[in-house]
Amino acid sequence: MTAATDNGFVVFDRVQKSYDGETLVVKDLNLSIGKGEFLTMLGPSGSGKTTCLMMLAGFETATHGEILLDGKPINNIPPHKRGIGMVFQNYALFPHMTVAENLAFPLEVRKFGKSEREEKVQRALEMVQMGAFGGRRPAQLSGGQQQRIALARALVFEPDLVLMDEPLGALDKQLREHMQFEITRLAHNLGITTVYVTHDQTEALTMSDRVAVFNDGRIQQLDAPDVLYEQPVNSFVAQFIGENNTLMGTVKEIENGVALVELDDGEVIDAKPVNVKKPGDRTLVSIRPERVEINKDRLSPNAHLIHAEVLEFIYMGDIYRTRLRVAGNEDFVIKTRNAPDQRRMKPGEHIEIGWLPEDCRALDAPA
Amino acid sequence: MTEATRTGQMLAADGTPLKRSLQRALRAQKLRALMLIAPLLLFIMVTFVAPIADMLFRSVENQIVSDTLPRTAQAIRDWDHNSGEPPSDDVLAAFTIDMIAAVERKQHTRLGTRLNYEQNGLSSLFRKTGRGVGDIGETYRDQFAALDPAWTDPGTWIALFADPSWQADHDAWEAARTAARSAGRPFAEPVPPFRLKDGMAGVLPETADAYLDFARAVQGNRNGDPAARAPWPPVYLALYRDLTAVGVGRIATLDEAAQALLDPAHYAVRGFERADLAALYAGIDRAWSQTTVWATIQTFSARYTPGYFLTAVDLKQTPDGITSQPADQKIYIMLFERTLVMSLTIMGACVLLGYPIAFLLANLPMRTSNLLLILVLLPFWTSLLVRTSAWKVLLQQQGVINDILVWIGIVDNAGRLILINNQTGTIIAMTHILLPFMILPLYSVMKTIPPSYVRAAKSLGATNWTAFWRVYFPQSVPGIGAGCILVFILAIGYYITPELVGGTSGTFISNRIAYHISSSLNWGLAAALGTILLGVVLALYWTYDRLVGIDKVNLG
Repeated sequence: MTAATDNGFVVFDRVQKSYDGETLVVKDLNLSIGKGEFLTMLGPSGSGKTTCLMMLAGFETATHGEILLDGKPINNIPPHKRGIGMVFQNYALFPHMTVAENLAFPLEVRKFGKSEREEKVQRALEMVQMGAFGGRRPAQLSGGQQQRIALARALVFEPDLVLMDEPLGALDKQLREHMQFEITRLAHNLGITTVYVTHDQTEALTMSDRVAVFNDGRIQQLDAPDVLYEQPVNSFVAQFIGENNTLMGTVKEIENGVALVELDDGEVIDAKPVNVKKPGDRTLVSIRPERVEINKDRLSPNAHLIHAEVLEFIYMGDIYRTRLRVAGNEDFVIKTRNAPDQRRMKPGEHIEIGWLPEDCRALDAPA
Repeated sequence: MTEATRTGQMLAADGTPLKRSLQRALRAQKLRALMLIAPLLLFIMVTFVAPIADMLFRSVENQIVSDTLPRTAQAIRDWDHNSGEPPSDDVLAAFTIDMIAAVERKQHTRLGTRLNYEQNGLSSLFRKTGRGVGDIGETYRDQFAALDPAWTDPGTWIALFADPSWQADHDAWEAARTAARSAGRPFAEPVPPFRLKDGMAGVLPETADAYLDFARAVQGNRNGDPAARAPWPPVYLALYRDLTAVGVGRIATLDEAAQALLDPAHYAVRGFERADLAALYAGIDRAWSQTTVWATIQTFSARYTPGYFLTAVDLKQTPDGITSQPADQKIYIMLFERTLVMSLTIMGACVLLGYPIAFLLANLPMRTSNLLLILVLLPFWTSLLVRTSAWKVLLQQQGVINDILVWIGIVDNAGRLILINNQTGTIIAMTHILLPFMILPLYSVMKTIPPSYVRAAKSLGATNWTAFWRVYFPQSVPGIGAGCILVFILAIGYYITPELVGGTSGTFISNRIAYHISSSLNWGLAAALGTILLGVVLALYWTYDRLVGIDKVNLG
C-alpha cells in the first residue's frame, strides 16, 4: 500500500485499465480524494478520465489495482450497492416518469416509506429551486431545468459521493456558468465528496478544490486550481490549462533558482527552472499572457528585456489583447487591462517586453 | 394593420384576400405533387381499392333474384308464407314468364346456385323446372290455335305487338338480307332492336310485357329474329289471363286488324279449358306445392341482403326473421374465435422469443449485431413455401424432431408427438415466419434507448432486474406495441401456412374465405367474412391507436 491509500475517502491504488488487452487506457493511477472534497478530472478526450469515473461508479472493472471507498475495496461490489450518486452527460432522466417519479426512484428501490419519499423528493426539488415542477415530464423541461433535476436525483438519497460526467456539456455558456456556481455551492453546503469530469478547463478551475489533469492515461498534475494555473509542472499542463505563450530555447545556466535560457534566435531571458535539470537541456519556456509586462518601471532593474513587434491589436472590452512577434514566435499574446493609462498599440510598432523570472517557467521540451 | 379590411380579412399586396392568394400559390405545388404520385395512385385504385370495394359490395349484393325474377319478386311481395298455401295463380303466372325468359337467357342455373346457398336442393330444382317450364301454357296455345290458326303464326304476333316503325325497319333489314344471300355475300347485320307498339301495354299488359321479354330474349340469344319464331307457350298463358280480365271497350281502342283478331278470342276465352298452374308445377316437382321454396324466394327477392353477413356469424335469415343456424352448421364464430386466439398466441410467442433477441441485437457491438441481424433477416430471403414445407419435414410424426425426441428417450416410439396438421403446427410455423416482424420494430426502438438510462438506474441503487423492468422495459413498450400490431394483423389474415400445416383444426378464417372464393364459389359469403375480418382488424387498430397511439409505432 502506498502512502496515498492511508487516509483518503476515495482511493485509487495503482489502478490500471485496458479494454483490448494491448493498450492501457489508464496507467498506474494513484489518487486519494478527501472527504468533502470537490475534485475535478480534467483532460482531453481519450485521456482516461471518464474511464476512471466509470470504474469508480462500477460500470467498468479495473484490470489491475484496487479502488477503495471509505477504506473498503469496492472492486467486487456491483454499482447499485455502492451508494454513489451520479449525474450523466445527457442527464439520463427517465423519459417515461415525471420529475417527482424520477426523484423518488432511488428512494423507492431503497424501500423508503411513501411519506418519507415525498418529503425527501420535495426537499431535493426545493434545493435546486424546482419545487413546482414535480408533475412535469423531463421532455417538458429546458436543458438547464433537466440538469437541476438530474442533480437533485443524484443527491436525493443523500450519497456520500457524487460523480458527475461532463454534466454541463449541453448547456449554453451563460447557463453553464450559472450552474457551475450552483453545483459548487450545493456540494459545499451539503459537504458531499464530488468527483467531476470535464474537458473544460474554466469549469475545472472555477469549481474545484483540486484538479487532476489527465493525459495519456496518467495524472500529469494534481493541485489546487491556482497552483495548477500559475505553477504548471510540465509543458502539457502549461499548454492545456489557460492561455500560454511558449518559446523554445536551451538552458545556459541555473543559479539561485533562476535559469538563464538562450532562445533559439539568440536572445537571453530569465526563467524559473521547473523540470529542467542542467545546462544544455532543451526547454520550453512558458509565460502567461497577463504576466508579460510592457511597463519597464514595474520590472526589476536588472531584468532581461526582449524585443517584440506588434502584429495585431484586438479590443475585447475589459482587456486588450495584443499579438506580437517575439523571438520568431508570431503567436505571442499579451493581455493588458483596459485602464485609463493604458496605451493602445498599433500594428508595426516595436516595443520591449519583460517579466518577473518566477512568472516565466522553464519546462521540459516536448519530444 | 393597413392590409386588413374592415371585416378583419387579411389582404395580399394586390388586394386579393391573403387566404385565396396563398391557396393559389400552393395550388401549383399541390398539383405537381399529385402528378408525381398519380401513376401509383391510379395503379392502387385500379388494382387494389376498386377490387376490394367491389368484393366488399358483393357481401350485401343480391340483384340476381330480382333481376332474374322481376315479375315474381313484385307479385310475391304480398303472399303470406304462413298461410300454408302456395302462392296464387298471379304469382305462378309471373314466375312462369320470368322462368322461361331466364331459361332463354340461360340465367336460371345461376339463380339456382345463388338460392342454393340459402336452401339446399334449389339448384337442382331450378334446373329441373327450367326444362319443364316451356310446357306451361301449351294448353292455351293449342286452344288459341284451334280458335284461329293465325295465333301460331309469328307474323300475327309481330303485327299485333311490334311498333309499325320497327316493322318497317325489319322489312328493310330482311330485304337487305335477301339481297345479300342471293348475291352470295355474307350478311351479319343484326336485327333492329324490337320496339313495342304504343297502347298495347294498356290493353294487354301481361302479354305485351311477356312478348317484349320474348322478343328481347330471342334477339339477345345468338341474334335470333323474333319475327321468325312463334312465342313461348307461357306467352299464351299471359294472353289468356289478359283476355279474361280486359273489357270490350279496351279492345275497341285498337286498330281494326287487331280488333278482328282479338274480339273472337276475347269472346272465346270464357269457354277455354283452364290449366291448373299449381298442379302443373307440382307435376314438375313436388317442392313447388310446398311453401318453403316460395318463402325462400320471397325472403331473398330484395336487391340487398344481410343474408351473407348473417351466415358469416352463424345466423340465418328465414321468412320468419333471423334465427341461429343448426348446431352442426355453426362454424364461422368458432373459426373467428380460433383465428383470434391463435393469432394472439402467435403474437405472444413472438414477443417472448423476439424480445431477448432484439435486446441482444441492440446491446451487442456493431459487428456482432450486424451478423445476427442478417441471421434474423435470412428467413425473409427464403420463399415462404420453402419455409413452411421445411416445417412439414421437421414436425411430422416420422420427422426430424420426433426422431430426435425418441432417440433421446423423452418420447416413446409409440407415443410420437402430433406436431403437424393441427393447431400446434400452425402456431410453431407461423411464430417462426412472423418472428422477424416482431424483432425488427423492437430492435429499432431498443437501439434508440441510450445505455445511460440503465446505468443511471443502477447508480441510483436499482438491481439489474429493477433497472430493466422499471427503466428499460417501459421505454421498449412502443417497440412491443409496433411488433404486436404488425404480427397480429399479419397473423389474423394468414392463409398459406395454416393451409399447409394446419390440417383441419389449425386452419384460419382466411382458409374458409379462400374455400368460398375458389371452391364453393359463394363469393357473397366470402366477401362478408372478409368484411368482418377487415372490420375486426380496423377495430383493433383503432383500439391500439386510442390506447398506445399509432404515432408511437416505429418500424425502423
